[in-house]
Amino acid sequence: MSVTGPRLQPVLFERSKPGRGDGKVPHPPKDALDRVPSDQLRAAPPALPELNEPEVVRHYVNLSQLNHAVDTGFYPLGSCTMKFNPKLNEWAARLPGFAGLHPEAPDEIAQGTLQLLFELEAMLAEISGMRAVSLQPAAGAQGELTGILMIRAYHRSRGDVERTDVLVPDSAHGTNPATATMAGFRTVNVPSAPDGGVDVDAFRAALGPRTAAVMITNPSTLGLFEPRIGELLSAVHEAGALAYMDGANLNAILGRFKPGEAGFDVMHFNVHKTFSTPHGGGGPGAGPVGVGETLLPFLPWPRVLRETDGSFRRERPGERPTSIGRLRSFVGNTGVLVRAYAYIRAHGTALAEVTNDAVLAANYLKQRLAADGSYDIPFGRPCKHEFVASSTSLRKETGVRTLDVAKRLIDFGFHPPTVYFPLTVDEAMLIEPTETESLETLDAFADALIEIAAEARSSPEIVTGAPQTAPVRRLDEATAARQPDLRWRPMTGRQMPCPD
Amino acid sequence: MLLRGEWYTADTPYQPEVSQGTLQSIYEYESLIAELTGLDVVSASHYDGAAATAEGALMTCRATRRERVLVSRAVHPDYRATIRTYLSVGGLVVDEIPLVADGPAAGTTDLAALQHMLADESEPVAGVVVANPNFLGLLEPMAEVGRLAHAAGAQFVSVVEPVSLGVLLPPGGYGADIAAGEGQPLGIPLQYGGPYLGLLASTEALVRQIPGRLVGLTKDLDGRRAFVMTLRAREQDIRREKAASNICTNQALLALAASIYLAAIGPHGLRDVAALGAAHAAALEDALADAGASRLHPGPYLNEFAIRVPDAAAVHRGLLDRDVLAGLVLAEAEPEDPSLADGLLVCATEVTTKDDIDRFASALRAELRKTDRIPAVPVAGGVAS
Repeated sequence: MSVTGPRLQPVLFERSKPGRGDGKVPHPPKDALDRVPSDQLRAAPPALPELNEPEVVRHYVNLSQLNHAVDTGFYPLGSCTMKFNPKLNEWAARLPGFAGLHPEAPDEIAQGTLQLLFELEAMLAEISGMRAVSLQPAAGAQGELTGILMIRAYHRSRGDVERTDVLVPDSAHGTNPATATMAGFRTVNVPSAPDGGVDVDAFRAALGPRTAAVMITNPSTLGLFEPRIGELLSAVHEAGALAYMDGANLNAILGRFKPGEAGFDVMHFNVHKTFSTPHGGGGPGAGPVGVGETLLPFLPWPRVLRETDGSFRRERPGERPTSIGRLRSFVGNTGVLVRAYAYIRAHGTALAEVTNDAVLAANYLKQRLAADGSYDIPFGRPCKHEFVASSTSLRKETGVRTLDVAKRLIDFGFHPPTVYFPLTVDEAMLIEPTETESLETLDAFADALIEIAAEARSSPEIVTGAPQTAPVRRLDEATAARQPDLRWRPMTGRQMPCPD
Repeated sequence: MLLRGEWYTADTPYQPEVSQGTLQSIYEYESLIAELTGLDVVSASHYDGAAATAEGALMTCRATRRERVLVSRAVHPDYRATIRTYLSVGGLVVDEIPLVADGPAAGTTDLAALQHMLADESEPVAGVVVANPNFLGLLEPMAEVGRLAHAAGAQFVSVVEPVSLGVLLPPGGYGADIAAGEGQPLGIPLQYGGPYLGLLASTEALVRQIPGRLVGLTKDLDGRRAFVMTLRAREQDIRREKAASNICTNQALLALAASIYLAAIGPHGLRDVAALGAAHAAALEDALADAGASRLHPGPYLNEFAIRVPDAAAVHRGLLDRDVLAGLVLAEAEPEDPSLADGLLVCATEVTTKDDIDRFASALRAELRKTDRIPAVPVAGGVAS
């Protein structure tokens, strides 16, 4: 068998031929580098591969075809909101006025883009019930860091420096506790209640003068709306702490629930989830942050401001000394934000229908699986945009695990759901169909899951041996971690060199 | 290539069997950036150059268990501001290394000051952050910075511009432990600030400290070569509060763009792009000097330099009316540095034409004459004290 398999591709470096692809750029004059001291110059160009354009194009087209993507099939990856990415948004972002604008362009020649950013801030504030929004954070996790740093600045501004703890439910995304650490806090994990929701009494017990913040995902990572959220937020504020909302699940509450009005002090938006900007194979996203009145002074700079004459400008360095500062260069991931703006404007006041359809799709799938009974549905009450199923009973009966079910779904042409998350449910599958899938797709997916359970009972080796139809079979992840090979080495193949 | 839905509508490659395209492209990206920087470990992308540099600074604190980072004042002001934010907690301290005020090294990191700061044993230094070329376009004595940092037990973070590495000595060639920088010049549109590409690379010794995803080579059950995310015990979804960073979503599609750019242009193409930028910048320097605006600093540069223009903000505005976007007004970017009050930061790249240069120079000449702004005494270099 070939080392790369029929559909797999050689690494770029293996395709390289010396001298190939030279002359793509006009040759510089011989004295081009005469003013640069020779001790600053490298002896030879970097050992990049040498290829011609057709080879490069074929390499990347062939590689792309090894991917499952929203554009190739159903992608019910819970907590990631893999909805369809409208092509109109791609067109908008590529308009030369947006795509070609220099980040240091003077405000007077960036008025259109600044206006778009200003209006997007206002729309996100309206959607969330927050007082103001910063578009600067590049992703949800950076939005979390921004929010928790603002909470820290708030407490310090009041001389309250004893608050060291951030309370996080045990069902939270890993970014929440990791963010608390980055912002200099200690994470206190609070166990969930038996019904899957936050345990308000456990939170009450954990709250105190050392609590700086609580981080809540609502609906939770189990896809369940927190019915006692008002009670919880009151307790948080009584303890002198502030409440952060992880907005990863905003697709479940558009037009239905405004976190700002419910009493959250700060939240982030994942525009690559809720507002349909493409995930890009892991990024880019954008993670705008909305704040209530309390945290307004601490927003990162530069904000986009509107002058009395109607023109727009960026805040100047040092203009607002209470700001926590910058999280990155320039104003934000503008190219991503243009897509989000286009999406929100295209939906207008009908954004609530996105949520209605997303919740309907999730409940439909959940009911189909519950009626069949092959998989456990740990929480019976209606879900929001996603739900948890579990293979605990199936595993007991057949030995087939959630991992096997996930891999077998690949043979049916589906991307597996998120598996083994949340950590609070054994053998978890977090399924998020989104509003952009048809009834036929939802039925086909439910049928596949049910058929896989039947296979698990009749011929489990089919399931445990899956996938069979993907470009590769299951991987040896243990060796990859034990003997890491993290870059191509033309001379030594796969061996790691001795440290010099 | 980036318009293909198979690339841009996929998510993080959590299921490797149906994500080999993304995974192999990240492995190739890691390999290409490793060649460019001369460092062995490359993370699968960060938000942008500033955030990557801040993560690099945090790495030095974890690796040395020290709490003080020294950052050259000639690192981009947005990067310095980002480092201050990321290191504003946990008792970490950021101190800025001053620049040489005059003489042939004016505008570069002051090595004597650095040595003095490193010698303070009451506050041992975790990391030293210096950019090459620096914010003012000048080339820094990187090897010497590295020697001083290492002698004091500190790590050395080099902030790089990736196209320049087509001709300049790479960070691995002068002893840097970490390289960080902005990958936007590798074929990524300007887009008013993002999405861009945060480059972050390190030596193998720091592989457990580097944040972000790493893709490694492995085999499947049938022995076929395949790629997979690995060393995941550094990441937030596995380690939660003990993770190396909270980063989850990164800039994967931009890393792909950079890989395609590097694959298409190749080693000689990259060298030519960098050298053309230098040649055009030299022509620009001569033309602007002829128009009445000499360089602000005498030291060597690659393709970016500052010129002395009295009342630079007004001249910049006047040039805009003449349809010339004349670089960056340094008094606005660095308001606290009086030596830059009359500075305009300009650059040339491989796409700058002779016509561009002539138009800029003649517009500048006209603008300077308009208000009689030409300095009475020509300045041949050096910074007014």
